[in-house]
Amino acid sequence: MFDYLKYIREENFPHIWCSGCGDGIVLKALLRSMEKLNMDRDQSVMVSGIGCSSRTPGYVDINTLHTTHGRALAFATGVKTARPELNVIVVTGDGDATAIGGNHFIHAARRNIDLTVLLYNNYIYGMTGGQCSPTTPKGARASTAQFGNLEPPFNISGLAIAAGASFVARGDVYNAKKLDSLITKALQKKGFSLVEVVTPCPTAFGRRNRMATPVKMMEHLRDHSVSLEKWETMSPEERAGKFRTGVLCDVERPENTEEYAKLVAEIRTDR
Amino acid sequence: MTEVRTGAVRMMQGNQACAEGAVAAGCRFFSGYPITPSSEIAEYLSIMLPRIGGRFIQMEDEIAAMGATIGASLTGVKSMTATSGPGFSLKQENIGYASMAEVPCVVVNVMRGGPSTGMPTLPAQMDVQQARWGSHGDRGVIVLTAKSAQETYSQTIRAFNLAERYMTPVILLLDEITGHTTEKVVIPDPATIEIVDRAKPTESPAEYMPYRLTEDCIPKLAPFGTGYRYNVTGLCHNETGFPTNDSHDIDCLVRRLTKKIEMYEDEIIRWSEIMLDDAEIGIFAYGSVARSANAAVRLCREAGCRAGLLEPTVLWPFPAKAVLEMARRVKAIVVPELNLGQMAREVELASRCSIPVHRLGRVDGNPITPQQIVDLVREVL
Repeated sequence: MFDYLKYIREENFPHIWCSGCGDGIVLKALLRSMEKLNMDRDQSVMVSGIGCSSRTPGYVDINTLHTTHGRALAFATGVKTARPELNVIVVTGDGDATAIGGNHFIHAARRNIDLTVLLYNNYIYGMTGGQCSPTTPKGARASTAQFGNLEPPFNISGLAIAAGASFVARGDVYNAKKLDSLITKALQKKGFSLVEVVTPCPTAFGRRNRMATPVKMMEHLRDHSVSLEKWETMSPEERAGKFRTGVLCDVERPENTEEYAKLVAEIRTDR
Repeated sequence: MTEVRTGAVRMMQGNQACAEGAVAAGCRFFSGYPITPSSEIAEYLSIMLPRIGGRFIQMEDEIAAMGATIGASLTGVKSMTATSGPGFSLKQENIGYASMAEVPCVVVNVMRGGPSTGMPTLPAQMDVQQARWGSHGDRGVIVLTAKSAQETYSQTIRAFNLAERYMTPVILLLDEITGHTTEKVVIPDPATIEIVDRAKPTESPAEYMPYRLTEDCIPKLAPFGTGYRYNVTGLCHNETGFPTNDSHDIDCLVRRLTKKIEMYEDEIIRWSEIMLDDAEIGIFAYGSVARSANAAVRLCREAGCRAGLLEPTVLWPFPAKAVLEMARRVKAIVVPELNLGQMAREVELASRCSIPVHRLGRVDGNPITPQQIVDLVREVL
């Protein structure tokens, strides 16, 4: 059996996540993928912003960089473009990446720098106590939407595809095995890769939205996550409120650091 | 653009001299965002860096440009960004991050007039207090300035050296006049340029603590990818680099961030003096205004009036001892600056209000002329 401790900073446990939080499931899926790909810990960097998901790097025994709110992709762009040989994984959340960090998100996708982004989408600002985020469903309740959220949510994966990402997948923590394969593919892909992971926040989201227990939230994921194959067979009415999971986009585009290296080889004068 | 040869005497803009100085200092990463009057720094480096295997990247905004500079520096690459007033405001959160995480980097601010969008193409010195206090939280800062293209070249090199030595962001405050004036620069022989590289850890990865408390108060951060796997955060952290709520650890960290600059003030602070020995009136001037002040001293002396000049090239830490020394010798101090007294306040504090400090602030987008300074000196006498 795979020994998670190989990649874990055990001294930092217990972790800060609430019981029923899905973040640990994502972390374990990531570690299994890293093991599968035999990733070199010394040559791997994890960059995060601010929020519950962004606390992930503290528990992973690689080079880790916990930055400012929304800016993980900006810092990661500096790391990767300065040292393209490093594997750079970005961990972020729905608020971190698509509200305060929205500009960096679309531009990182557009540039197509070889970064692997794990975006934990829990529909809420969990760490600050349950304020609505850009992915909070319309009508859902949040501490700053006590009468129901009036705003329509972002489709994060759709946003990344539109902005030019090479690889976009959506998974969820109920289907953890499938999540493994999506993360593994994303790590292998050259270019900007996103895995949007739908994950429960029973504490800040569930309790306000009639899913007060972790089990209820998991059941919700089970009942609303739909494979791409099944999605194709469903009518618009059947699709309502559900989300599809799988690889949503996988295209070949020139990768930024490789393009830059070609330019340097062409114009370099100091050799 | 033609290549700049060592030993050559070249005509160049201050902003180009900044780019040349950066490369001479070992800068191999620049991330920026277009903003007048600093954009030429990015434009020159977009040509120079790929030619020597360095990386240039134009980011989507000022915040991202600061973040990328910090990220690149953590891999051990000397990194810089450049901006002007409004962009400097946007960068402040991440400048504070660089102070907190102790990541060396250089931030150039070619000052324009403010507040807000202000005067994009006109000079000012309105960011001297923002450079000190612009980011939230207590921390020591190093801020340099320059009055000419030649000085911009050498001060950019010094900014990198101080950043690497003290593991901190260093701010270089230029102004629109310095940035855009084209004048003579002598490019020194690289062998004569002092270059400082950040200290590397000497212990094994197993024993390594990135923020180990040492007497010199300076951490040794291993570049990412060199086998030392550690954590960097903007949260209060302990010696290991991991977040902490321990009040003793927090107290040690926050005090050290100020102390690590304060304890080296004598090494960091630099200024020059012109005819101060027998002066009755002392002038305190920095950046492009120091050029007018130089001329004003000469004009005063020609008219038989004993004026002298104290010209700091480091604004923060503030050269308080030099100002106090001047205050003991002269009858009054005149502070011409392109703001409404931001540094005059510091001069008053440093002179302990022992003598009058006269402000000469200009905020209409024009330079302070030598005659304006001469007139005030005469009025004061």
